[in-house]
Amino acid sequence: MNRLDTTFAALRDTGQAALTPFITAGDPSPDATPALMHTLVAAGADVIELGVPFSDPMADGPAIQSACERALAAGTTLADVLEIVAKFRRDDDSTPVILMGYFNPIDAMGLAAFTERATAAGVDGVLVVDMTAEEAPDTLPLIADAGLAPICLVAPTTSDERIQRICNHAGGFVYYVSTKGVTGGEGIDTARLADEITRIRPYTSLPVAVGFGVREPADAAAVANVADAVVIGSSLVRQVATYNGSLDDTRNRLHETLAAMRQAMNSAMNSIPKTSKTTRENA
Amino acid sequence: MATSDSQAGNNPAAATPLESLPDARGHFGPYGGRFVAETLMAPLYELEAAYASAMNDPDFARDLARDLSDFVGRPTPLYHAAALSAEAGGAQIWLKREDLAHTGAHKINNTVGQALLAQRMGKTRIVAETGAGQHGIATASVAARLGLECVIYMGSEDMRRQATNVYRMRLVGAEVRSVNAGSKTLKDAMNEALRDWVTNVDDTFYIIGTVAGPHPYPQMVRDFQSVIGREAREQVANAQFGGLPDALVACVGGGSNALGLFYPFLDDAVACYGVEAGGKGVASGQHAAPLAEGQSGVLHGNRTYVMQDENGQVLGTHSVSAGLDYPGVGPEHAWLKDKGFVHYVSIEDAEALDALHATCRREGILPALETAHAIAYARELAASMRPDQTILVNCSGRGDKDMASVAEAEGTSL
Repeated sequence: MNRLDTTFAALRDTGQAALTPFITAGDPSPDATPALMHTLVAAGADVIELGVPFSDPMADGPAIQSACERALAAGTTLADVLEIVAKFRRDDDSTPVILMGYFNPIDAMGLAAFTERATAAGVDGVLVVDMTAEEAPDTLPLIADAGLAPICLVAPTTSDERIQRICNHAGGFVYYVSTKGVTGGEGIDTARLADEITRIRPYTSLPVAVGFGVREPADAAAVANVADAVVIGSSLVRQVATYNGSLDDTRNRLHETLAAMRQAMNSAMNSIPKTSKTTRENA
Repeated sequence: MATSDSQAGNNPAAATPLESLPDARGHFGPYGGRFVAETLMAPLYELEAAYASAMNDPDFARDLARDLSDFVGRPTPLYHAAALSAEAGGAQIWLKREDLAHTGAHKINNTVGQALLAQRMGKTRIVAETGAGQHGIATASVAARLGLECVIYMGSEDMRRQATNVYRMRLVGAEVRSVNAGSKTLKDAMNEALRDWVTNVDDTFYIIGTVAGPHPYPQMVRDFQSVIGREAREQVANAQFGGLPDALVACVGGGSNALGLFYPFLDDAVACYGVEAGGKGVASGQHAAPLAEGQSGVLHGNRTYVMQDENGQVLGTHSVSAGLDYPGVGPEHAWLKDKGFVHYVSIEDAEALDALHATCRREGILPALETAHAIAYARELAASMRPDQTILVNCSGRGDKDMASVAEAEGTSL
């Protein structure tokens, strides 16, 4: 059982949702990232999503795009990202780490070389933002064969038929993009979210994570009530953006932001019954 | 260049599966496809279905033909550049005068088609990206005519280079949004237009200006632009021209004017030359010639040749022409290159500027800087051919928009 499965199984037993923070690897520098990852774990992260910087991140908003530019300016390559994960693993062998990025850097490294090196570094899953179900047959099976979870996106515009097709080759968890738009955009419509997640449940037994638009602790709490994982991205990346030369300051701000999310999620868990998750388990 | 190329043509017609591409997945061999955020897949399928339906609808064909004649001003003439030919000292150079189309470039052919499609699909808002401004002006003008809201994304560096075009877009009612990310040029404007589309997919139609992007855009833009080549095929049959040309020459940024001219001739014994922007020299790294120096990669929703570093990061480009300043190229061009059906060459900034001056002086025609790349190569090619041979150059746009860039490149203040 890999780290993702272990983590989600343990959380399911306690009725909790996984807190899944996102930061961009190499922002503000490749050397700083392992320390920031440990900070996220200390603040309550269950799974870490690490962005692989790309020059043309067309599905991301300004916050993550700027983070990519900072990481690339610091010289970060995909090989560096894998080295970051390997360094993190020296002190943490239990927190799952997934990579999120675009296909071209993986393609440039070569898919076989990438899967081999990512597995060796301790990566648990890979989410390729621009890898659609149409193009996936050439790619995702090779990722899965290497033991990496091929995490797939479902959007509000995705039809039920298409959800089934996506879930057929997904692994780890299914990532529901909560809003039409890019990362860091409009706030989340939690009222509609429960229905949308219910639409996914019949097609997979995988956990469902929700990302895009989770900005405030209250958002995280509301999402945790209906989903299995809550992804927090732009609001953390904005904290890293204020890096002023002192890594301790950045770690403190990250810790504060994420711990507030954790606390809100825990409070919500204690006060609201988990109806939607029960639906999944019965499905 | 080899003269024999221009006599033998490119490809044995029997072995050319041109009609069958792209395939059902939108691939041209290994290129093309759909590499986008999941949110865009539903609108891409909606577009694919709407396009297929429109192309089989006589009413759509009638509306398109009417707009191409009455709004765009088609057919555009073939012009014998006799003085330019004499100066080159070889084959006869003819220009397909897309610069005489409404708004001054071939771009209008495609925007008319896509805007009619947008209207047919009930979309009320148009977004587009532009580099030199030609596609932006064409889109803004068509949107004005059809009463559609229009937002144009343009790199801030390109807005500086093409200030009068920005004003012109605003005059016809478009909102021009500056893009400050990355290299502040066409590729970044395309990222931003994709972000807008993903955010507003319900009411918005994205008019891509070239034969790139996710399927079905490369096919759709090629089909709309193929009016250039279809028309030219009819025109070369006249007595003065005397039959099929020996060579076709067109500039290639994304590659829509080139494919528009080449596509209806690809099964003929006609050599096709696509001219990329060599910038300060391909060896200098400061150029926009992905087919010459790029590798297969995935950018803006499709697999194609991309200018990138060894880590898969997309490189900045350089060209004196904002319209050619793009690190990718349409996927069908990538396939045509691999198959050897089209020859891809490059022309540097200085050579393009020289060709622009020659065309002004000898013919009284001010070509766009993009077009000047094609003319520069045609002059070289002509010199290696016989006077009884013919080269048809796509005069893709007029150069009024580039006067500030030309003056700046030559140290002249206006």
